[in-house]
Amino acid sequence: MSAVINDGLKNKILNEETKKVLITPLVNDNPITLQVLGICSALAVTSQMSTSLIMALALTLVTAFSSAAISAIRNHIPSSIRIIVQMTIIASLVIVVDQILKAVAYDVSKQLSVFVGLIITNCIVMGRAEGYAMKNPPLESFMDGIGNGAGYSLILIIVAFFRETLGSGKLLGFEVFKLTKDGGWYDPNGLMLLPPSAFFIIGLIIWSVRQWKPEQREKIDFKIMDIAHGEGGHH
Amino acid sequence: MEAYVSLFVKAVFIENLALSFFLGMCTFIAVSKKISTAMGLGIAVMIVQAITVPANNFVYHALLQEDALSWMGIKGVDLSFLALLSCIGMIAALVQILEMVLDKFFPALYFALGIFLPLITVNCAILGGSLFMIERDYNFGESVTYGIGSGLGWALAITVMAGVREKLKYSDIPAGLQGLGITFITAGLMSLGFMAFSGIQL
Repeated sequence: MSAVINDGLKNKILNEETKKVLITPLVNDNPITLQVLGICSALAVTSQMSTSLIMALALTLVTAFSSAAISAIRNHIPSSIRIIVQMTIIASLVIVVDQILKAVAYDVSKQLSVFVGLIITNCIVMGRAEGYAMKNPPLESFMDGIGNGAGYSLILIIVAFFRETLGSGKLLGFEVFKLTKDGGWYDPNGLMLLPPSAFFIIGLIIWSVRQWKPEQREKIDFKIMDIAHGEGGHH
Repeated sequence: MEAYVSLFVKAVFIENLALSFFLGMCTFIAVSKKISTAMGLGIAVMIVQAITVPANNFVYHALLQEDALSWMGIKGVDLSFLALLSCIGMIAALVQILEMVLDKFFPALYFALGIFLPLITVNCAILGGSLFMIERDYNFGESVTYGIGSGLGWALAITVMAGVREKLKYSDIPAGLQGLGITFITAGLMSLGFMAFSGIQL
């Protein structure tokens, strides 16, 4: 009997829909590079790998649990006040995360400063609640939250990898490149630790993803006619 | 007075919410295609920011802070962990009230700003402003200055961005970089420009 239940549960967890909601947000429907959601924190916390990992974990958990909770009561939420209800659920979860971080990893929570609180208005959480959890059962919504959180984490980790290694020659605090000031060969690129570098790296990630998957390119508003490419094209 | 001026300049330029803290990026990228819409949203953000930051400051100091309830005779209570919930509730409620007031008394303004107001509740620049206010422990006067200044800074950034993007659409950009990609890189260059202010000591 229990084996049957186990099999049933397994099938339920590993069915097509779950697989889809787990895999597509990684590249094909990435929340940052395609849906343009949750960029603020992606840019702000990525100067170090450790803060990015904590942020990615926090956001994934909040998205997953808030989606599951909202989906569980989706049939009882009057549509006129749904935003407030969603906000309250999300804010309560974020408070839990914030308090846990303060208790367990105080230094990291100081470094993340207001950005843990800003998970509340992170569009990924709201977007998934509104776009997926309001229409689907809790288990799928939970998986969808995990999937989108993973897509977000992937971008965060890539950006943090470049910013920390090139900016300070370290990864997670361990030395990767020996710096010139310690007698090594690598001269750290200070720009990588500053805010603008995050914009550049995400821009380049978007470029490479769209080079790889042309169907993600945007429709062009204005097409430049061939004549504009003529000689001496000074405008 | 000098302290307020310096805080204002700092909030507008040096610690620009959009370009040095990346707050409100989602709307910053999504609504910066046309100067007129960008300016409308910028003004709406500025108004909401100027109201919500002082309001949250008042609620935090009167109700949530450690021992804040002592005027009621309740001592030793620290509700500051509720700050997140109260801030976002306050913002959502104020935006809703603002929308109704504008609709009733200033219909013209309502039609100009109306479509942006619901967007503002989930704009992280607004919540971020309130959270920075709590973290830096501003008093009421400072919070008014910071609210107006940071809102103005955000409005300035999105208007400039829209100006650049309006010209950008005529330029010949590699296909994969068009749209979102080049927007990010432009924002990065603007952010570099704003970093020139960071050396200024006031």
